[in-house]
Amino acid sequence: MSMNKILAAALIAATSFATASFAAEGTPEPPGQKWSFSGPFGTFDRAQLQRGFKVYREVCATCHAMTLLSFRNLSEPGGPQFTASQVKALAAEYRIATTDDNGQPTERPGLAADRFPAIFPNEKAARATNGGALPPDMSLLAKARTYERGFPRFIFDIFTQYQEQAPDYIVALLTGYEEAPAGVTLQPGQYYNKYMPGHLIAMRPPLENDRVEYPKDSSGKLVAPQTVEQYAKDVTAFLVWAAEPHMEARKALGLKVLIFLVVFAGLLYFTKKRIWSKLPDGAHA
Amino acid sequence: MSGHSSYAPSNGFTRWLDARLPIVRLMHDSAVSYPVPRNLNYFWTFGGILTFMLVAQIVTGVILVMHYTPNAELAFNSVEHIMRDVNYGWLLRYLHANGASMFFLAVYIHIFRGLYYGSYKAPREILWILGVIIFVLMMAAAFMGYVLPWGQMSFWGATVITNLLGALPIVGDTILSLLWGGYSVDNPTLNRFFSLHYLIPFMIAGVVVLHIWALHHVGQNNPTGVEVKDVRKDTLPFTPYATIKDVFAMVCFMVVFAWFVFYTPNFLGHADNYQRANPAVTPAHIVPEWYFLPFYAILRAIPSKLGGVLCMFGAIAILAFLPWLDTSRVKSMNYRPVARVFFWVFVADAVLLGWLGAKPAEGGYIIVARIATFYYFAYFGILLVLGLFETPKKMPASIADSVLKQKAGAPMMASAAAAAPQTKG
Amino acid sequence: MATTTAEPTRRDFLYIATGAVAAVGTAAVIWPLVSSMLPDAATIAAGAPVDFDLAPVAEGQIATLFWRGKLIFVRNRTQKEIDEARNVNIDTLIDPETDQARVKDGHAKWLIVFGNCTHLGCVPLGHQGDYGGWFCPCHGSQYDTSGRVRVGPAPLNLPVPPYAFLSDTKIRIG
Repeated sequence: MSMNKILAAALIAATSFATASFAAEGTPEPPGQKWSFSGPFGTFDRAQLQRGFKVYREVCATCHAMTLLSFRNLSEPGGPQFTASQVKALAAEYRIATTDDNGQPTERPGLAADRFPAIFPNEKAARATNGGALPPDMSLLAKARTYERGFPRFIFDIFTQYQEQAPDYIVALLTGYEEAPAGVTLQPGQYYNKYMPGHLIAMRPPLENDRVEYPKDSSGKLVAPQTVEQYAKDVTAFLVWAAEPHMEARKALGLKVLIFLVVFAGLLYFTKKRIWSKLPDGAHA
Repeated sequence: MSGHSSYAPSNGFTRWLDARLPIVRLMHDSAVSYPVPRNLNYFWTFGGILTFMLVAQIVTGVILVMHYTPNAELAFNSVEHIMRDVNYGWLLRYLHANGASMFFLAVYIHIFRGLYYGSYKAPREILWILGVIIFVLMMAAAFMGYVLPWGQMSFWGATVITNLLGALPIVGDTILSLLWGGYSVDNPTLNRFFSLHYLIPFMIAGVVVLHIWALHHVGQNNPTGVEVKDVRKDTLPFTPYATIKDVFAMVCFMVVFAWFVFYTPNFLGHADNYQRANPAVTPAHIVPEWYFLPFYAILRAIPSKLGGVLCMFGAIAILAFLPWLDTSRVKSMNYRPVARVFFWVFVADAVLLGWLGAKPAEGGYIIVARIATFYYFAYFGILLVLGLFETPKKMPASIADSVLKQKAGAPMMASAAAAAPQTKG
Repeated sequence: MATTTAEPTRRDFLYIATGAVAAVGTAAVIWPLVSSMLPDAATIAAGAPVDFDLAPVAEGQIATLFWRGKLIFVRNRTQKEIDEARNVNIDTLIDPETDQARVKDGHAKWLIVFGNCTHLGCVPLGHQGDYGGWFCPCHGSQYDTSGRVRVGPAPLNLPVPPYAFLSDTKIRIG
């Protein structure tokens, strides 16, 4: 039928445009990583989250705050699940601004209930310390970055549940520093990154091998390699959890809800068939 | 279809109540004994699904408001407070955000069903126009709701869309001042959008009552477009026949809804909206929510700003005139072999416009968007002319006839059969 | 009936008068409701035109100020910078515009532009880049000494806000 032909033509046109636009962007697509938390049954790797937090704390936290996160979150179910006493000790290492009895500003040790404090007093201070660039707050970073999936992949993503654009991008960015190619002049305080849109980035390469010390198992072997790639993956997994702390609860509840709905729909279907098999005028439906 | 009431109060209390406030009679007449054509397919379950979605949005919305703070400084963090601290707050917010998308998904199916089966034709013009009003109110509610989290896309979406109204001659600037309450989108804007976002759903509920009233007054259309001739042969009582079918369809719809809410809750949103609104930084591509994309594409396809705005609003307004633009007396496209082709091209055109709305407005996209926009409006002209020349296929004498014929195995619907699952009734 | 339409009676006048008073009353009630949605006194006060004293801005310097929440650059251009801005083939520009159209007659050394990059709104850095105007640290857009974009991704020149010279050393923005 002619209508089908027109539809097919429209689809072909749509696909070719999608490809053309992607090539025109000029930024390579971040490679897809394997994540323990992807898919309908995905859960976080606790040890990875704990390592990731260590990387965040020792590297990223120099410039990037995480003000939406509370210390107590670190010991809550579905996250890195540090022990309550670990979290208490950790919180106490931070200084939280408060006022004393005379109304004068002072500081007190952090409590588990406190949020992570800001690193710079305000945006201007942050920019001034970082050559005009603003290090973004990382609380939601793993939901706030993406790259264009293009047609038809964005349709498949509904069914495959692919939603790890941000973590894939963050890993790519952290490992994507390169020498600037000929013809690109870097201003002072600028770096060249393959995956940054526009390629110019004000963040110096944050990771290097062996920069963060990882725990060893009982035989004295490192639990994970101390490489830039591993650091990048670990800290990114931690950021994903920080951006969506209830992800495990969500996916677990989703399974129950879907099973319930499918069973209910099945029962309704047969009830409907039964009711419709007997019509009031005796006719058969 | 409003006829003699079959309600018979069964005991002393209901007789007493019926003499004073016949509310049980009203409910009985409109949801139990109300006769529905017996050949309705599953596309007719979307009215029920939409009612469910409206209630779901109001319930989740009212609870979310208990935790949300409509202030430019606090709104973003209060949404994250809902996501992180409130018990099941993440569920409520994802239900509400994805619920808006599901609401539009259902309403678009509902609208295209009406377009295919000619549900806008006499005597259902008012019913149709009330539907268009609901659609416009839904768009207003959705647009303002999207501003409330005060993320980057909230802020810049509001900026771009409100600035469109500035294109209107003479009144443009005054309207902008009234919308913004300042010199740009800012805290006063957020506050008034919040107020209106809470109000509009109840306005929708009011128009829905009128919509259902009009529906029950003229009776439902059906896949043949042949009006009910003999209530006994052509119709079934709403309960249990339509009720059970509607509930089954509703639960199937909830499966789709739940899939998005629990497994890809941010698929239909924008990553940029997880960044706090920043008047000093614009996102790389400012894109509205998916359900606005076809209209956004029309807006950008027109080179002049005012022309674009007029075309965008015109694309919605023209629907209200459709009952008089379509000149054919045959309702259902099942019996309109030529118009049916144009209809499916129109559906594809709307989808294409939606895809173009998400693309940058440049080069080839613009040209395709112009062609698609032209066809969008041309479709209504085609219906105007086509009705005068088209030879319809032979129609069944009555609804009962069509059911019997189908029972005998004669395929009724050619191309629509795959898309329109028929009931066995 | 015919007699009442033929000439106005006292009763007609009463109806009209009552209706008119009701209409006036309704309008009087609606006005405060609508008016409350217009920009309030605090917003208007904060958005009034601002005066800026040019005297302290030395030749070659860039001063900044905020007006209606937006950053504005005030640049005292050197003769060399003005010449550079004017000796450009307009047709080669991304957003063609003459330097003369972007400054006030007789005040060629004063360039006043909004201070957010037209790409993503970052704040460009002055006296940097290949054109000596501004360089945006975020994505590398470069502007010349007239605030015109010379290297993308920014699509447009830095816009010029409405302003007027009150005297040779004083401008009013807004």
